[in-house]
Amino acid sequence: MSDFVNEFWNWYVIVIVLGSIIACGAFLWSQSIHHPGGGQTTDTTGHVWDETLEEYNNPLPRWWMWLFYATVVFALVYVVLYPALGRFPGVLGWSTAGEHKKEVERVDAQVKPLFDKYMKMDLLAVAADKDAMEMGGRLYQTYCMQCHGATAQGSRDKGFPNLTDKDWLWGGEPAQIVETITNGRISMMPPFGGNPEAVGGESGAHEVANYVRSLSGLSHDKELAAKGKARFNTVCFACHGMDGKGNIALGAPNLTDKVWLYGSSEAKIVETITKGRGNQMPAWKDFLGEAKIHLLAAYVLSLSGGEAK
Amino acid sequence: MSEVQSTYNYTVVRQFTVMSVIWGIVGMLVGVIIAAQLVWPELNMGFLHFGRLRPLHTNAVIFAFGGCALMGSSFYVVQRTCHTRLFCDQLASFVFWGWQLVIVLAAITLPLGITQGKEYAELEWPIDILIAVVWVSYAVVFFGTLIKRKVTHIYVANWFYGSFILAVAVLHIVNSAATPVSLTKSYSAYAGVQDAMIQWWYGHNAVGFFLTAGFLGMMYYFVPKQAGRPIYSYRLSVVHFWALIFTYMWAGPHHLHYTALPDWTQSVGMLFSLILLAPSWGGMINGIMTLSGAWHKLRDDPILKFLITSLSFYGMSTFEGPMMSIKTVNALSHYTDWTIGHVHSGALGWVAMISIGTIYYLLPRLFGRPEMHSVKLITVHFWVATVGVVLYIASMWIAGVMQGLMWRSVNADGTLTYSFVESVKVSYPFWGIRFLGGLLFLVGMLIMAYNMFKTMAAGNTDDAPVLIPAGQHV
Repeated sequence: MSDFVNEFWNWYVIVIVLGSIIACGAFLWSQSIHHPGGGQTTDTTGHVWDETLEEYNNPLPRWWMWLFYATVVFALVYVVLYPALGRFPGVLGWSTAGEHKKEVERVDAQVKPLFDKYMKMDLLAVAADKDAMEMGGRLYQTYCMQCHGATAQGSRDKGFPNLTDKDWLWGGEPAQIVETITNGRISMMPPFGGNPEAVGGESGAHEVANYVRSLSGLSHDKELAAKGKARFNTVCFACHGMDGKGNIALGAPNLTDKVWLYGSSEAKIVETITKGRGNQMPAWKDFLGEAKIHLLAAYVLSLSGGEAK
Repeated sequence: MSEVQSTYNYTVVRQFTVMSVIWGIVGMLVGVIIAAQLVWPELNMGFLHFGRLRPLHTNAVIFAFGGCALMGSSFYVVQRTCHTRLFCDQLASFVFWGWQLVIVLAAITLPLGITQGKEYAELEWPIDILIAVVWVSYAVVFFGTLIKRKVTHIYVANWFYGSFILAVAVLHIVNSAATPVSLTKSYSAYAGVQDAMIQWWYGHNAVGFFLTAGFLGMMYYFVPKQAGRPIYSYRLSVVHFWALIFTYMWAGPHHLHYTALPDWTQSVGMLFSLILLAPSWGGMINGIMTLSGAWHKLRDDPILKFLITSLSFYGMSTFEGPMMSIKTVNALSHYTDWTIGHVHSGALGWVAMISIGTIYYLLPRLFGRPEMHSVKLITVHFWVATVGVVLYIASMWIAGVMQGLMWRSVNADGTLTYSFVESVKVSYPFWGIRFLGGLLFLVGMLIMAYNMFKTMAAGNTDDAPVLIPAGQHV
C-alpha cells in the first residue's frame, strides 16, 4: 500500500494525477475543435524564417488524434481498476505484493505433492533416488551455488567449504547436515596475534604453523615444528584435539587431512593463527522450509560419494 | 543600417560541430570496446574494465557527442531563425570551452572510479557545479538571442531547444544535490526510494528532454530546410510540443516497476508513458509529412536519407518505449538486453542519425563550401550506419527476449530451469553481432571525420551576414 504521512498528500496525489490525465484530453479537444485560417489546409501560417522556413497549418491527423484520446481513456479506466490514485487501491484490489503472494501460493500448491512424497521418505533413501537428486541438484543450483560454487567444490582459500569431499566440519550424518542448513553455523578461530602469552607472538605462530603442516605431511622445519607441538598442546588442542583431528561439536577443522579452508602455506596458516577467522553458514529455516532442506541435505550427502545407501 | 553589416556568430557553431564529430568517435570507440569486453572478457584489463568504461561511454555519447551537436545546432538555428547575431560572444565562447572542460574531467574521473553512482549523472559534485554554471550560461546565450530577435514569432525549433535547455537545468540541479565529504566523494541529498525516484525522474527526462526535445528542435529546422518544404502542420507542432513536455515529466517511475516504489507511483508512471505515445509520434508525423510532395528527393539526397531514417527510428523507439512501460511487458523486458536494444534504436537510430544529417548540412555552410568534399561518402556512411544499427538492435532484441524467458522459466518442482550463467552463455553469439553492429557504426563516423577534414581543408571560416526578416515578420 501507500505510505502517506497524512490525508493531505493522499488527496494531493489524487487531484493532480486525475487532473493531469483529464487535462491531456481537454487540451487535445480544445486544439482540435477549431481550425485557424478558416480550415484552409494548404495555406501556410504566413510566417517566414531564415528565407525559406514556412509552416502549413494542416489539421491534426484524425487517426493520431483518436490514438491520443484512446490512451487518455485507457488511463482513466486504469486508475479506477488499479492502484494509482493515492490510497485508493483500485476496484480490482490488485497490488504487486498481492500478485507475488498469489504466484508463490500457486507454485507452492503445485509442488507440494512432490515435496510431500520425499518428505515421507528417509533422507538416505531420498539421496539414493535419481529423480529426487535431480530435483535436489536444481535446488542446489538455485540456492547454494552462490557460495559453494556450481560444482559444489567450494572456493579455495576463501572459506567456502567443498561439499564433494568426505571432510565434514560439523558432521556428515543426515541429521547433522539438516541441522547445518536449517539453523546455520557460526564458526570462529580466535585471533592469537594480540596475545603473545598464548602462542608466543609472531615467532610462536611460525612454530605452530610448522607443526600444523607436519600433521598433514606437508614440508616443514622439524625444529620449529617440535617447538610448535608444545605450544599446540597447551593452547590449540582445546578445540582441535591433542591429535589435531578437530571437533565437529565446535566446527573445529581436522588439521590432519589435506583439506584447507584458508590455504595451507606457512604464511596463510600464520595469518589464520594471528588474525583468526570468522565464518558463517546462514540459517535457511524460514527461507527454504523443511521440505526443501530435506532434499538439499540428501543432495549434499549424495555429493560426497553417495555411499550413504 | 548597421544590421546589414553584422554577421552570425559561426565560430562557436563551428567549434561545437567539429567537436561533436570528434567526441562521437571517442564515445562510440569506448562503446565498441565495452561491447568487445562482453564478448572477450579477457579484455577487461586492470581498472579499464566494463564497470568503469560503461559510464564513460554513456557520458561521452550523450553529453559530449549529443551535447556538442545540440549546443552547436541550437546556436546556429536560434541565430538564423531570430535574424540576429548570438547574444554575447564571450559567454558563448565560455559555454564551448566550459563544456569541453566538463567532458575532459569526465574522461579522467570516470575511469578512476570517481562517481556518484547515479546512471547518466555519475559525475562528482565539483564537475556537477561546473555543468550547472556552463548550462546556465548556455541558457543565457540562447534566451538572450531569443529576446533580441528581429521577428515577431518564435520558430518551433526554438520551442523545443528552449524546453530542453530549461528542463535539463532543473533536472541536473535537483538530481545532483549532494553533501560533499571530500573533493571526489559526496552523498546524495535523498535517501532510499525517494533517491531512486528522483534519479529516474532525472534519468527518463534526460531521455525526454536531452535526447528527444533537443533533437526534435534540430529536426524542426534541418528537415524542412533540407527538404525545401514547409512544416506539415503548425497546429500539430503546438499540440505535440505541449503534450510532450507535460507528459514526459511523469514517465520516470516506469524504470522502477516491481520495486519498493509504491504501486500507485508505478501505475502513474506507466499511464503517462502510454499517453506519451501520441505526443511523441506527433514529431515524427510532422517531420516525415513535411516531405510529402518531395519524396523523390530521398532517392539521391543522402543527408535527407539520414534525417528521414532517423525519424523512422524515432517513431519505432517511441512506440517501443510505451509498450515496455506496461507492467506486464516490463516484467519480461526489464534488466535484459532488450532495454539496451531499445536505448540504442533511440541513441543510434534517432539521436546519432539526425545529428549526422545535421552536421553534414552544417559543415559546408560553416566552412564556405557548396557541399561536402564527397557526397558519395555520405551515402556510404548512411548505409554502413544503417546496417550497423539494424544489426545492433536485432541482436539485442533476440538476446533480451531470450534472457527474459530463460530467467522466468520454472521447472515442475518450482525451481528455476536455468541458472543465470546459462543465460549468459547463450547470449554470446548476439553480443558478437552487437559488437559488429557497433563497429560498423563507428566506421561510419570515421568516414564522416575524413569527409569533414577534407571539407574544412578546402574551405574558409568567413561568417555569413545576418539576413533581413521576410514575410509577415517585417
